[in-house]
Amino acid sequence: MAIIEAKRLTYTYPIGEKPAFRDVNLEIKKGEFVIITGPSGCGKTTLCRCFNGLIPHFYGGRLEGEITVCGLNVREHPTYEIAQHVGMVFQNPENQLFALSVEKDVAFGLENLGVPREEIRKRVDWALKITGTYELRNRAPYELSGGQQQRVAIASVLAMNPEVIVLDEPTSFLDPIGAEQIFDVINSLNKDLGITIILVEHRLDLISKYASRVIVMQNGQIVLDGNPREVLVSEEARLIGVGIPKATLLYKILKLRGISLNGPPLSSDEACRSIMEVMSR
Amino acid sequence: MIVMDDVYFTYPNGVEALMGVNLKIEDGEFVAIMGQNGAGKTTLVKHINGLLKPTKGRVLVDGVETTKVSVATLARKVGLVFQNPDHQLFSETVEEEISFALKNFGYDEKTIRERVDWALNLLDLNEYRKVSPFMLSGGERKRVALASVLAWDPKIVILDEPTIGQDYRQKERLKQFIVQLNRQGKTVIIVTHDVEFVAECNPTIMLMRQGRIIATGEAREILTNETLVNQASVALPEITKIFKGLEDFGFPRKVIDVYEAADILYERLGGQR
Amino acid sequence: MSMFDGFKFRSVSSPIHQMDPRAKFIYVCILFVVTVMFSNLIPLIILFLIQVPFVFMARVQKEWMRSMKGSAMFAVIIFVMNLLSLYFYTGYETFGSILERSLAMTVRFIVLVQTFSIFFLTTSPDMLGLALEQSHIPYEICFAFTTAVRFVPVLAEEAQTIMDAQKARGLEMEGGNFFKRIRNYIPILIPLIVNAIRRSLELAETMESRAWGANRNRTNLYVLKMRREDVLLILISLVILAVSIYVSMNVQMPSIIQLLTS
Repeated sequence: MAIIEAKRLTYTYPIGEKPAFRDVNLEIKKGEFVIITGPSGCGKTTLCRCFNGLIPHFYGGRLEGEITVCGLNVREHPTYEIAQHVGMVFQNPENQLFALSVEKDVAFGLENLGVPREEIRKRVDWALKITGTYELRNRAPYELSGGQQQRVAIASVLAMNPEVIVLDEPTSFLDPIGAEQIFDVINSLNKDLGITIILVEHRLDLISKYASRVIVMQNGQIVLDGNPREVLVSEEARLIGVGIPKATLLYKILKLRGISLNGPPLSSDEACRSIMEVMSR
Repeated sequence: MIVMDDVYFTYPNGVEALMGVNLKIEDGEFVAIMGQNGAGKTTLVKHINGLLKPTKGRVLVDGVETTKVSVATLARKVGLVFQNPDHQLFSETVEEEISFALKNFGYDEKTIRERVDWALNLLDLNEYRKVSPFMLSGGERKRVALASVLAWDPKIVILDEPTIGQDYRQKERLKQFIVQLNRQGKTVIIVTHDVEFVAECNPTIMLMRQGRIIATGEAREILTNETLVNQASVALPEITKIFKGLEDFGFPRKVIDVYEAADILYERLGGQR
Repeated sequence: MSMFDGFKFRSVSSPIHQMDPRAKFIYVCILFVVTVMFSNLIPLIILFLIQVPFVFMARVQKEWMRSMKGSAMFAVIIFVMNLLSLYFYTGYETFGSILERSLAMTVRFIVLVQTFSIFFLTTSPDMLGLALEQSHIPYEICFAFTTAVRFVPVLAEEAQTIMDAQKARGLEMEGGNFFKRIRNYIPILIPLIVNAIRRSLELAETMESRAWGANRNRTNLYVLKMRREDVLLILISLVILAVSIYVSMNVQMPSIIQLLTS
């Protein structure tokens, strides 16, 4: 059962001369963990904005084709309605926190919805605990590290209980430790809470192993779409210029020289196990 | 040559950002300063072009103490490319943006034109010469910022987190570009936490933690030392992680490069298809 | 600037900090009116003294001292200006009364600084925002206020970074004639403004994505409730107001000079 369905979707920005993406056909099922990747300017960020209604409502422009999200036709429902089903986390942690305390930020969405106070309290505490930010609840945003800020942003979205969470390059500004923490949280949202995850990313080393599907875009079109182990190892991915995990690259190089590992591995752990397995033969 | 002699720096709000930094960077070296956000990396490099002056200790560039000259004077030798290009772009055209520093340094019209042409070529920006920098994409704006610093050909080039927000191809191009700059004899210093990028470029590494340099050495030595890497809150390169798991099988530990790893594995496993 | 330190919120647990900001605001307004009502030294000194216990109850003595020290310069200026203008322009005859009047104006200034300082030291911007909301001011305005406060330190830091980036390209901020100096601010202002606009766009995207505008009746995680102490404070303020009005209309204020010479 598709939770996001796009048919022949084409979008042109108001000041754009050519479409940011064209003829996109996409079906995402409930519970999937999808990575969307591709070179800068391929349209992945723009496509994301269609999933929660920012396109067309906030950005204007021309949207052609069909897109349905959680049963709602995106064109016909305002952003504030779609936002209750599809949460979005953006690249820059600092510009997603506008209250003077972490708690108030996480409560923001629920306050906007007019949820009763006791319910807000419960959901805020729950979201804080899941993202590991409960101890930070009274701190001010500028006191937090980038990784902590981004986890608070995730908590703010989580508190609204969405079925889908879209994350647009959430680790861009984070160091490796911060990035790893974010990926762990995202993975647990998907595996433990069953939330459908759509993640736009360049840094595939740490996250590929969690994904159930990888979509590669180029020049506004979806060019590859499938199992991470097939997509990332493919020749097309290399030609498009996708930065595949080092473990997968190692596998490819060895394959060319005639050594087959199991896999293909998507992480250093998997590569290690594959190699050990070959050695024990 | 850059020398930092027991440098301490405390911000006006009381934060002790540098606590006894000693380093020496010779001309033509390629150095990566690594550490987690908040370790003091950016604070350190801001001392090299005099934006910050040490609270205690001395910073010398080519034998001259930074406290004795203005930032503009030091900037002629030390080009610092900031992390966010949007903190410096303000001109109506890319051409004007690149000539900004040249005008500040007092070059004559003819030289300015030559240098602008050269910089535009170097960074493949010719088609954007008359375009407003604000109309360009993120990656293009980063190139404009870089071009505007390289335009005056400083002998020391410092790049603060150059890989943020870049896709794979852009990082590859950047890597080649940086290595090329260094081959031309420039001293290149990058501040970064991108371990994979550093593992591919192979510079000298200075690891920072809480305002101090805790280790200096070859990439291969530093990045494979798990204790140091943990102390600096930096990650092990993916290839190193793989080989760490294979330690018990007699594989070498100090591997950071994927091609070298493939060679080693091919030798060992070649016979066991 | 050390004087402004006396107006930045200090997070400390004290009974004054816990008080409802609306009650404190009423107190501040009334104190303001009363302070302006009097031109004599004695009542102004009384007003100064009755607030001192509040400073200690709020445990903000250090910051408050800083605001006092910081405003000392202004206080001296006010004193000297009053002295001079009274000497040259009015019919006050004795030097003593001129002195006393100038002193009174200075103390009035100090009392005003003291009052506002106590208010801002003990009221977090959060609480202020909440007070605004519950005072039925439209939420958009309250939100603009708290967001602005939240981003002031961020923008200040960004301005510094931009200045650094341009200095690193040879921009010299000092020296040169007046017009050159103004022109030198263009490379600072343009990135600052452009980035502020970009930032607000990203903020707007986030707000939309968190269901901004979903419900005309916003609820709130926290609610301010007036307690006994707050009502007491308001009552005390009203009493001060009443007494002051009565005194200023009916009682002839003795001047210190008169007290000393009689």
